[in-house]
Amino acid sequence: MSFRDGPLQDLRIPLAWAATVATLAAGVAALFLMIEDHHSNTRSADAPPTPVRNQFDESVGPVSAMFAAPLRWAGDAGDYVRDYFNAVDENRRLKKQVADLMAYKEAAQRLQNINARYEALLQLRTEPAAKMVTARVVADARGPFSHARLADAGSDSGIRIGNPVLSEHGVVGRVVGVSKTVSRVLLLTDVDSRTPVLVNSTNARAILAGDGGDAPKLSYLRGHEPVKRGDVILTSGDGGLYPRGLPVGVADKDIFGQWRVRLYSDRSALDYVRIMLFTDFSQLVDDQALNNRALPPISAAEKAQIDQAVAARIATPRPGSPEAQAAADKSAAAKPATPAPTAATAPAAKTALKPAANAVHGKSPAPAPAQAPQATHGPRVLHPSRTSPGNPVAVVPGRR
Amino acid sequence: MAAYQPLQPWSWLIVPTLVCLFGTVIMAAPARFLGLALPEPVFPMVLAFAWAVIRPSILGPFLLLLTGLFLDLFWHGTLGLWALCLILVYGIALLVRNLMVGQSVRVLWVWYGVFTTLAFIVAYLVVVARVHATPNLINAVWQAGVTILLFPFARRLIEQFEDADIRFR
Repeated sequence: MSFRDGPLQDLRIPLAWAATVATLAAGVAALFLMIEDHHSNTRSADAPPTPVRNQFDESVGPVSAMFAAPLRWAGDAGDYVRDYFNAVDENRRLKKQVADLMAYKEAAQRLQNINARYEALLQLRTEPAAKMVTARVVADARGPFSHARLADAGSDSGIRIGNPVLSEHGVVGRVVGVSKTVSRVLLLTDVDSRTPVLVNSTNARAILAGDGGDAPKLSYLRGHEPVKRGDVILTSGDGGLYPRGLPVGVADKDIFGQWRVRLYSDRSALDYVRIMLFTDFSQLVDDQALNNRALPPISAAEKAQIDQAVAARIATPRPGSPEAQAAADKSAAAKPATPAPTAATAPAAKTALKPAANAVHGKSPAPAPAQAPQATHGPRVLHPSRTSPGNPVAVVPGRR
Repeated sequence: MAAYQPLQPWSWLIVPTLVCLFGTVIMAAPARFLGLALPEPVFPMVLAFAWAVIRPSILGPFLLLLTGLFLDLFWHGTLGLWALCLILVYGIALLVRNLMVGQSVRVLWVWYGVFTTLAFIVAYLVVVARVHATPNLINAVWQAGVTILLFPFARRLIEQFEDADIRFR
């Protein structure tokens, strides 16, 4: 039934105008959603969990898997035919590769043995081996503005946001969204992806920045020739996002002279991935515990001391206040020949209060002059909730 | 030439939308043929262009909004990015509709290419402003080119419904 055949058939509105208004309304809604998404930064792994995206992924995952299966079978069939015709060449190449790798195998065994001895001698605390979960990729976004994949394993398998994702060749990306049965993986090539890496030969650090292309950029490289063409790039482990030493790719230069990385994970289709159940630093840290501003309870003796200090501070008139002025006038009238003590003590009081203000703003207190010895021991530190209004407040940095 | 059909919302709005979503899901399959990944065109660009040429609609922009949001969620892009670009194309195409109606297929294809390019430029600039980095231009041009190649689908939709509402012929 058409809209105009219904109960609103007598409603006459100019369609062109109504369509224009509808277009504007839809455009404003889209713009609002985009701004809201930008502020909440829902694409990042560091953002709080987004139920809308997770629910959508949970719903669309099985559908994508169903539609992707025939195409995957067709792709596998094509690969099978190609492998059949290339079998002889492949066999020759692999034999040569096995012969080359035998030398590396012996060297690796020798180095592994020496490494284990060094670790035992130095009592190094090495990272425990992380568990892996294998998942099948069911959807793949590879446009210029987003590179992400949907894998068919979720929180039921122990996967958490931030877990590194690998293929059989190297690092693929990182989990940025998890529902019960699916996970959203942000690839290294996504425009939002930033990964701390190192150059294996020089140990130089860099940030691998995705740009929506196949080969992400190496940014923030420092030093004289820190990288050469063909250098192996590994995860550096800086920031705790990834474990150190995961293979990423090989360094290469593009036609504009920009260093890029040809990813190992790009060697074949990503139909299966391994998700490393690696607990990074940000997952270990309890934000609420870190941001808890409640101070430990104080003893009765401390409380009495604080009350005494507050009472003394209240009883002492402030320089410049009417009470201090009246006291100064009284003192001047009683002893006209002697100089007024407030003139000398006021700068000292100001100097004594200055480190307290600096401590509030996180600055290191300046060295106090000799005429204010009480300031050299630091200001009297009081929590805002334990001071009376009007008193200078300083907070112990270590207690925040 | 295709037979003209009456302008029922499900036939010129709902069904083409579902076909575009289906195409998007199919092309997102993680398969490679002879070592090459499948292209990833923006199928709903066909709708944004064809709907504006056929006739103005109240439901059209809201369906484009929903379709764009589906793309953003499905591709894990910025929420609202493709919704905004599709509505922008629809709105501008509606404004210059009188210049396009009745033109030859080649001229319409050029118009479609211009609108698609405009949508990608806007999307590119939005992403640049958001991440403070430039996305890969070659990949953007590739995706825009593949989307422009979808014009025959838009032409088919226009041929089916352009004469269904004689007020906007």
